[in-house]
Amino acid sequence: MKKSKADPKGVLTGSHFMDGDYALAEGGLAAGCRYFGGYPITPSTETAERFSERIPYVGGVFIQMEDELGSIASLIGAVWGGKKAMTVTSGPGFSLMMENIGLACMMETPLVIANVQRGGPSTGLPTLTGQQDMMQARWGSHGDYEIIALSPDSPQECFDLTIEAFNLSETYRVPVFVMTDECIGHMHEKVVIPPAEEIELVERKWYKGPKNKYLPYKNDTDGIPFMVKVGDGYRFHTTGLTRDERGYPLLNAECQATCVSHLIDKIKDNADKIIHLKETDIDNAEILVMSYGITSRVSIKAVQEAKKTGIKVGTMQLKTVWPFPEKRIKELAGKVKAIVFPEINAGQVVLEAERVVGDKCKVVSVPHYGGWVHNPEDILNAIKEAAK
Amino acid sequence: MNKEDQNTEKNPIEEILRMDRMPHIWCPGCGIGTVVTSFAEALRKEKYDLDKIAIVSGIGCTGRVAGYTKLDSFHTTHGRAIPFATGLKLAKPDTKVVVFSGDGDISGIGGNHLIHAARRNMDLVVICVNNFNYAMTGGQVAATTPKDANASTAPYGNFENAFNLPYITEAAGATYVARWTALHLRRVTKSIQEALNKRGFSFIEVITPCVTLYARRNRLGDGLNLLKYYYDMSEIQHGADTRTLDISYQGKLIVGKFVDKEKPTFLDAMNKHLSSVLGDKYQLYGDNND
Ligand SMILES: Cc1ncc(C[n+]2csc(CCOP(=O)(O)OP(=O)(O)O)c2C)c(N)n1
Ligand code: SF4
Ligand SMILES: [Mg+2]
Repeated sequence: MKKSKADPKGVLTGSHFMDGDYALAEGGLAAGCRYFGGYPITPSTETAERFSERIPYVGGVFIQMEDELGSIASLIGAVWGGKKAMTVTSGPGFSLMMENIGLACMMETPLVIANVQRGGPSTGLPTLTGQQDMMQARWGSHGDYEIIALSPDSPQECFDLTIEAFNLSETYRVPVFVMTDECIGHMHEKVVIPPAEEIELVERKWYKGPKNKYLPYKNDTDGIPFMVKVGDGYRFHTTGLTRDERGYPLLNAECQATCVSHLIDKIKDNADKIIHLKETDIDNAEILVMSYGITSRVSIKAVQEAKKTGIKVGTMQLKTVWPFPEKRIKELAGKVKAIVFPEINAGQVVLEAERVVGDKCKVVSVPHYGGWVHNPEDILNAIKEAAK
Repeated sequence: MNKEDQNTEKNPIEEILRMDRMPHIWCPGCGIGTVVTSFAEALRKEKYDLDKIAIVSGIGCTGRVAGYTKLDSFHTTHGRAIPFATGLKLAKPDTKVVVFSGDGDISGIGGNHLIHAARRNMDLVVICVNNFNYAMTGGQVAATTPKDANASTAPYGNFENAFNLPYITEAAGATYVARWTALHLRRVTKSIQEALNKRGFSFIEVITPCVTLYARRNRLGDGLNLLKYYYDMSEIQHGADTRTLDISYQGKLIVGKFVDKEKPTFLDAMNKHLSSVLGDKYQLYGDNND
C-alpha cells in the first residue's frame, strides 16, 4: 500500500464551524477527490453545493447529472479515467444507485458514496432523520458482494471518515459508504481540518508492469488486483459480467465462484484491518450499549444516567458498520449480560448482533421509526430492563 | 514471406479486435459486425492512436461490441453507457470516448442520458445500432420499433409511435447527427471519421438488420436480403430537416448527414465561464489535471 500526503490545494486547514454536509465535501476534497457527480436531494444537497463552490479553485470537475443513475455511472467512468470520485445522496437517490453500485463492486472500482439518511420508505421524511438504509447499503444491489460502510457521529467525523472512506476504497478497490443522517448533515459544529502534510492518503494501486502483461483481475500478493486508467496504452477490458483475470466474460459456475468469493473475501479476510470501533468502559461492563452515527451521541446521556443508578455500562460505537465487527462482539458477548442496541430504524444492524452472539447474552433492540432521534429515556429504560 | 508481409495480410479489422475472444456471439448475417467493420476502418483511415480512445457499451447484442474491441473498453449496465462515458471523458479529457450500443440501450432505458449528454454537448461519439427491437432479450418491442411491425411483446403489431432519433438528438443539442444503414459501409466509416475529429456530441444512427428476431418474426428474409433492402429503400438527403425523418415499417429511409455545427463542449463552456467569473483564481481544467 503506497501512501502519500494530501494535496494542500484541497485542504482547508483551520478550525471551522460547519455542518456535516459541508464536512463531507471538505473530507472528499482533502482526500484528493477531483470528480463529483450528483443530483440534488434533501438532506444531502449541501454537500453537492459545497463541492460546486469549491472545486473551481482546486482543479477538478463538478457535474450535476440528470439523475442518480447517471451520477453513479459517471463516477465509475471517472475513476477508470484516473480520478478519485464521490457522490452524495439520500434514500430515494440511494435506491436509484443500486444497480451501478453492483457494477462498481464487480469492476472493483474504488469510489465513495455518502448517504445523508432520512426517514423512509419511499419519499418518507425528506427533511427528518433516519438510519434506515443500513441494510440497503450492505446488500441493496442484487447478487452477493461485500462493501465497507462507515458511520460518523459528528461533522468532525464526517470529515475524518470521508478521508478514511477514500483510503479504504483505494486499499480494497471497493465502493465505500459514509452513512450519515439528516441530524449530523445539518448539525453545525466545530470541524478542525489539519494541515495537508498531516493527512495521510492511500494511493491507487497502479500497475507498472509491461503493457501486454496486464491482467485487470489478477490478484496481487495482498489479494487486490492492480489498476490502470484509460489512455495509458493497456487497452484493457472490464465488464459487469462474471469475468476471468483478463476481465473477459466467462459465464460458468467455476468462474462465478472465483469472482464472487474474491469480492466477498477481500473484505471479510481484512475485516480486522478495516474495522474501526470506539469503546468506553468495556472492562467490567454488565451492559454493552452498541450504536453508530447520531445514535451514539444520543446514547451518551442514557449511559450517564444508567451509571448513576449503579449499572456498569460500557459502550461501543461502530465507526465501521460493514463489515460487522463479529470477532469483537463475540468476545464481549461472553462477558456482558446484555447488549442494548438503539438505531433509528425498526431494528436492522441489531439483527447481526443477535446472529453473532447467539445465546451467549441477551440482545435488546431499541428501535425508532425515524423523524427524530431517540428520547434518551427510552435507551435508559432498555438498559435498566436489561440489567435486571 | 517475411514478418512484415504477414502483418499486411492481416485483415485490418484484427488490429482493433480482441482476436482471443473470437468467435463472437452474433448470429450469422447479423448486421452489428458490419458496423464494427466500419468503425475499425474509420480508426485505420484516421491512423488513430489506439491508446487514446476508449469505448463504452451498455447491454444488448450491440452492447457486446466493447468486449470485442481491443481498446480501453467498458461493458457497463443497461442504459448507462452515456453517463459512464461522461465521467470517463471528464476525468480524462485527452481520451476520445466512443459509446457503441443498441437502440434500446441508448434511446429506451438510457433515453434521459442521451438527451442530457446532447444538451451539454458532451464531447462523445455515440454510435447507435438501430435494429428496431430489443434483440438480446428475444425481440421485444422498443422505442424505435416502427408502427405495425411485429415484436415478441407486440404480437399483434406495434401501435406505439417510434422515436425519430436524429430529430431528438438535434433538438437536444447534438452538434453532429447522421443516419445510415449498415450497408452504407463507406458512408458510415466517413461519418465516424468526421465524428472522431469533432469536438462535441456526435450521434450516428445505423439501421441494422437483426436477422434472427426482427427479420424472422416479420418475415423479412435473411440478413443479406434485409441489409440490401434497407440500402435500397434509403435515400440520401444531406441536411434534411430532421423533423421529417420518421421511420415507417419497411418504408423509405432518409439517410445522410443532417447536422454538423460547432458549439462549445461542456468542458470548453465550463472553463470559459469559470475563468471569466473567477479570474486567475480558477484552476483551468483539462488534460493536465491528472
Ligand atoms: C436494468 C436492465 N433491464 C433489463 C435488462 C435486459 N436486457 C438486456 S439487453 C436488453 C435490450 C437491448 O436492446 P438494444 O439496446 O436495442 O440492443 P440489441 O440487443 O438490440 O442490440 C434488455 C432489455 C438488463 N440487462 N438490465
Ligand atoms: S439476435 Fe439479432 S441483433 Fe442479436 S446477434 Fe442475432 S441477429 Fe444480431
Ligand atoms: Mg436493438
